[in-house]
Amino acid sequence: MKSDQRPDILTIEDVSKAFGGLQAVNRADLAVAEGSITGLIGPNGAGKTTLFNLISGFLKPDHGHITFKGERIDGLPPHKVFHRGLVRTFQIPRELGGMTVVENLMLVPVNQAGEYLWNSWFLPWRVNEQEETNFTKAEEVLSFLNLLHLRDEYALNLSGGQKKLLELGRTLMCNPKMILLDEPAAGVNRTLMRDIVEDIKRLRKELGITFFVIEHDMDIVALLCDRLIVMAEGTKLAEGSPDEVRKDERVLEAYLGGRGR
Amino acid sequence: MRAERMITPAVLFVVAFLVTALPFERSGGNFAGTASFLTTFLTTVGIYAIFTLALNIQWGYTGVFNFGVAAFFLVGAYTAAIVTKDPASGEFVQYVGGFGEFLSPNFLDAGEWLPFIVGIGAAGLASGLLALLLSVPTLRLREDYLAISTIGIAELLRRAVIENPTVVGGTNAMVGIPGPLDGYFAPGDWKYAFLVMVFVFLGLLLFAVERGIRSPWGRVLRALREDETVTAASGKNVFAFKMQGFVFGAVIMGMGGAVFGFGRGSVSPDTFDHFFATFLFWAMLIVGGSGNNWGAIVGAFVVWGVWTISLQLNGYDLPGILQVRIFFIRDLLIGSTIVLFLLLRPQGLVPEQRRVSSWLDRRVRTPPDARPPPEADATGGE
Ligand SMILES: Nc1ncnc2c1ncn2[C@@H]1O[C@H](COP(=O)(O)OP(=O)(O)OP(=O)(O)O)[C@@H](O)[C@H]1O
Ligand SMILES: [Mg+2]
Repeated sequence: MKSDQRPDILTIEDVSKAFGGLQAVNRADLAVAEGSITGLIGPNGAGKTTLFNLISGFLKPDHGHITFKGERIDGLPPHKVFHRGLVRTFQIPRELGGMTVVENLMLVPVNQAGEYLWNSWFLPWRVNEQEETNFTKAEEVLSFLNLLHLRDEYALNLSGGQKKLLELGRTLMCNPKMILLDEPAAGVNRTLMRDIVEDIKRLRKELGITFFVIEHDMDIVALLCDRLIVMAEGTKLAEGSPDEVRKDERVLEAYLGGRGR
Repeated sequence: MRAERMITPAVLFVVAFLVTALPFERSGGNFAGTASFLTTFLTTVGIYAIFTLALNIQWGYTGVFNFGVAAFFLVGAYTAAIVTKDPASGEFVQYVGGFGEFLSPNFLDAGEWLPFIVGIGAAGLASGLLALLLSVPTLRLREDYLAISTIGIAELLRRAVIENPTVVGGTNAMVGIPGPLDGYFAPGDWKYAFLVMVFVFLGLLLFAVERGIRSPWGRVLRALREDETVTAASGKNVFAFKMQGFVFGAVIMGMGGAVFGFGRGSVSPDTFDHFFATFLFWAMLIVGGSGNNWGAIVGAFVVWGVWTISLQLNGYDLPGILQVRIFFIRDLLIGSTIVLFLLLRPQGLVPEQRRVSSWLDRRVRTPPDARPPPEADATGGE
């Protein structure tokens, strides 16, 4: 089930990022095919999360180009990257603790008339109509994530795994072209995670959303991804189908080397 | 649970009782005197509530740490004074570098209501413009640096007023600011009318702020307060929204300054010190409940009540050791009230509403099966 013939939706060319003396991403060159579910694996500290931060606009690359749907996006601020249809989750969940779960999600939809002070003063009916739509959408997403009973709870009071699910929920509130998931399975119940894997596949099939997923759990990776990219020491080490990658000696070495330190 | 729900009514009652009873008792049961005293007290509460309401937008919602409320207060008060004052009066012609007369248009006859509306508008505009200018260099700073820079700006403006007598009169104070509609009332009665005007204006502002903020717009502001990174990852332009919250708050602060000037009849730089023009509003917001617009008003009442009561005590036969120190004890009292609240009741007397959107509030409340357990509901106000 290779998707080689499909065009690349995201390309990373010669991208580098250093923190002080530490070269977190080092001349990375990689691409993600449109409509694929591509996994990004690699030892701790390989630079995976940093790469996501570069793609989503939270960091600017020191060097290199990032292209999404044929347009340069490096250097754009995060909200502009979001508006291009590229959304992300965080490895360590970042919920809006002082807001209810459902409002964490209702925040996300774009083009909310009520986000203009003027409209909330003078066009409340239009604002309320959209609130109804967004609330219904948020309830759907919450029931999909088994969080519906917590919709009116402060997000602060969710468990670690539930917060992780809320992260995922945020990306489902808009109609993205591509979703970056940073370790979506960490801390999430396995049975539920298997359901989510199925749903991710369904989203890809039905809506054509491309997924780029960092994940350490190789079972989930094997279930989910049709292509894998392996990163080590800030750069791409190998690429291929899950089976190919599993047999690759360099990959084994990188993991063992990483573990040995 | 039950006892906790009684805290706010109890505090309100005690303050209201003492604020009424002490002057009544001290004046030997003089009704008219007490009424006049209470009018002055409530007018001040109403004016200070405007600032606290504005600070609530900036801090309670947007999370912008403005520790220089005095700057916007000052700009609003002087702007409104210049616009409403009679052009021909005294040395005013030399103010604003000789432009004073020009800035106070003749068609605004101070006997009517129009100049005051224009004055309030101009004050809001000037203060909002100041916020807009400041937001570019400061809003990208971290919270604590932002606080320090706003303190600096407030002090800078106050010094500028003091050191340049030709701008707005320096330490001489700008006097002779007319009171709205004061021509229609006997000199002693105008203050009652002014009290009504202040509360009508406060009511309008409260309505506008509640309606504006308990909406998707306010939701973005609260999200900013909670975590700017997630707000950006949710597709919101962090800087633009932060600026809107900051400027909206500043506009209202400027308007508060205008009303203050109308009530006082004069404006001088010593009004805008850090204690009275910034710190006190923070105390009111913390006591009332940061994040709740009604809380801002409750806080203004309670804190100004405590302040007033503590001075009333001075008239009694206090032990000498207290008598001479009462003015310092008042400062101490406000300081310890803040500490007490931060430690024991950080949510304030009227905690913030759980849901930002008022539509959602109504929606979640209606179907009984969707109700959260009652004790988890920290909704206040109304
Ligand atoms: N903001 C930062 N400042 C300084 N160093 C950073 C920063 N972010 C990441 N690093 C460093 O960059 C390197 C790569 O980190 P990164 O988080 O990208 O790794 P990762 O591949 O996501 O690892 P993990 O699998 O453990 O999440 C690490 O050595 C990390 O310490
Ligand atoms: Mg990581």
